[in-house]
Amino acid sequence: MNSRLRTQDLTLGYGDTIVSDHLDLQIPDHSFTVIVGPNACGKSTLLRGLVRLLTPQAGEVLLDGRLISAYPTKEVARKLGLLAQTSTAPEGITVANLVARGRFPHQGLFRQWSPADEVAVRDALQATGTLDLSGRRLEDLSGGQRQRVWVAMTLAQQTPILLLDEPTTFLDIAHQVELMELFTDLHQQGRTLVAVLHDLNQAARYATHLIVMSAGKVVATGPPAEIITGDLVYEVFGLACRVIDDPVAGTPMVVPLGRDRSARVVVANRAEDG
Amino acid sequence: MTAMLDFGRATTAIRLGTLSRRLDLRTIVVTAVLALAAFSVSVVSLGLGDIHLTVPEVLQALFGDASRKAELVVTQWRLPRVALGLVIGFALGVSGAIFQSLTRNPLGSPDVIGFSSGAYTGALIAIVVLHGSQLMITVGAVVGGCGVAVLIYLLAWRDGVQGFRLIVVGIGISAMLASVNTWIILQAELMIAMTAAVWGAGSLSVTPPGSLLVGGLCLALAVVAMTVLLPQARLLESGAETAQALGVRIQSVRAASMIIGVVLVALATAVAGPIGFVALVAPQLAQRLTLAPGLQIWPAGVMGALLLVGCDTVARLAFAPQQLPVGVVTVSLGGLYLVWLLIREARK
Repeated sequence: MNSRLRTQDLTLGYGDTIVSDHLDLQIPDHSFTVIVGPNACGKSTLLRGLVRLLTPQAGEVLLDGRLISAYPTKEVARKLGLLAQTSTAPEGITVANLVARGRFPHQGLFRQWSPADEVAVRDALQATGTLDLSGRRLEDLSGGQRQRVWVAMTLAQQTPILLLDEPTTFLDIAHQVELMELFTDLHQQGRTLVAVLHDLNQAARYATHLIVMSAGKVVATGPPAEIITGDLVYEVFGLACRVIDDPVAGTPMVVPLGRDRSARVVVANRAEDG
Repeated sequence: MTAMLDFGRATTAIRLGTLSRRLDLRTIVVTAVLALAAFSVSVVSLGLGDIHLTVPEVLQALFGDASRKAELVVTQWRLPRVALGLVIGFALGVSGAIFQSLTRNPLGSPDVIGFSSGAYTGALIAIVVLHGSQLMITVGAVVGGCGVAVLIYLLAWRDGVQGFRLIVVGIGISAMLASVNTWIILQAELMIAMTAAVWGAGSLSVTPPGSLLVGGLCLALAVVAMTVLLPQARLLESGAETAQALGVRIQSVRAASMIIGVVLVALATAVAGPIGFVALVAPQLAQRLTLAPGLQIWPAGVMGALLLVGCDTVARLAFAPQQLPVGVVTVSLGGLYLVWLLIREARK
């Protein structure tokens, strides 16, 4: 398994608080890797570490075999894109203008709008289905459209690896699925995707490679179908559940038992008795 | 080649060899119109005063043959002050635009975040305590302003500097310095206190020798440096994470932009004393006209130049032969703008 992006003994934290502890991770090339885990397990922190937003307290992130900290910032930005959890756009900016900002790592002091930039922006808009919106102002769009525009901006960056930090969090279910399908398309076009997701079923359905984290450590890695079991979910999330096959995709599907299930059964039995 | 991408604004691309750039037509037109307005106000201002000259006479004195007298009045007496007004106004406008972009807040101007109070404190110490010359006052203002800027930057530092904290710390320090300044003035003898108060109002009528040359040079350098930084500074507006992921060295860009902003406002304050509101208002007015998102240097600068030259003309003539400090005029106009802004926001 080849991995352009790896971590070696990576320890990340804020001040004295260690959030992820001596991680050795490989992101398989051309995979759709999804990182899951309970709240505060260090998954978003790991993503921040991977894009150098956080300086490691120990260990290293390696990109193409070299320490990522040894690269010029712009060179990293040509290999590694990030869809941040929250971004702000200046008031009144139009879609095409925002997406064009994604071209920054390919531009210089003099070359600021080459034909290649124009092609990349158009392709990014097309791939995300936002070409028709290119002249609209960002604040006039719906949440789902806006998120697709931010995806377009990271696509315009034309990086082989794309990191996504909880990309579906603020969207309704239809837009979540739409976006996950879009990511699958991008993955099938040859990009390596690394996403942090909350929804275990979404992760199981779309990931080709799953990284399960708990309390700053990696608990399991591998294809979802091989690693997701009731025991693992209980161990990591403390959730009693049954894992069945997703009736549509055939991928593992986690069905929570719920805390009061036994109680309800008891109540039902009593009702029969009475 | 397919049709040009729809940017939602009239946009054109220029490509010459390796040079390529996207141009926003509305921004260019607005900037050109503002520049023309600034030029017109300057010409009218050059003609007004004790000795009245018509516009053609002024233009002749500037660009062609005019009478000795007209040339003396225009180029020797009035032009230095008008030109200085343009330079200082431009510097204040750009400085305000930089701070508003950095803090992502329309109130993030150098007046608000404490630079002006710091400069005033420095100048007051030079005037009241050291009984200094014009040069010492200038140095005092620059040292005071920069010192306070560094202090605020350090106090606002927590794993890097974030816009909102900069404003809050700046307002706090500013309020403290304002009371220090009042205290220093109260300690001084009457004549010295009056000199200090006049300096504190901000005026273009008495300025240190060589201001125009030094000021123009500093401004040109700052504009060039900021033009180089512009794409990165704009990306910073999208948030630290996105900017970093796009390849922006966020802390160095932030620090460099702040230094440029501080140098510009230090320059203005050193020459003319604290002139309020131009830095706050010019970028906002320019933005309302260009409707262009994010940091814009030229529109804000030209708007600042127009505002200051206009205000200085009023300051010079409104109560002639008495001269008002230009700061009094800018603060009055700025106050009106703020009131209008508050009413508008309240109606929303």
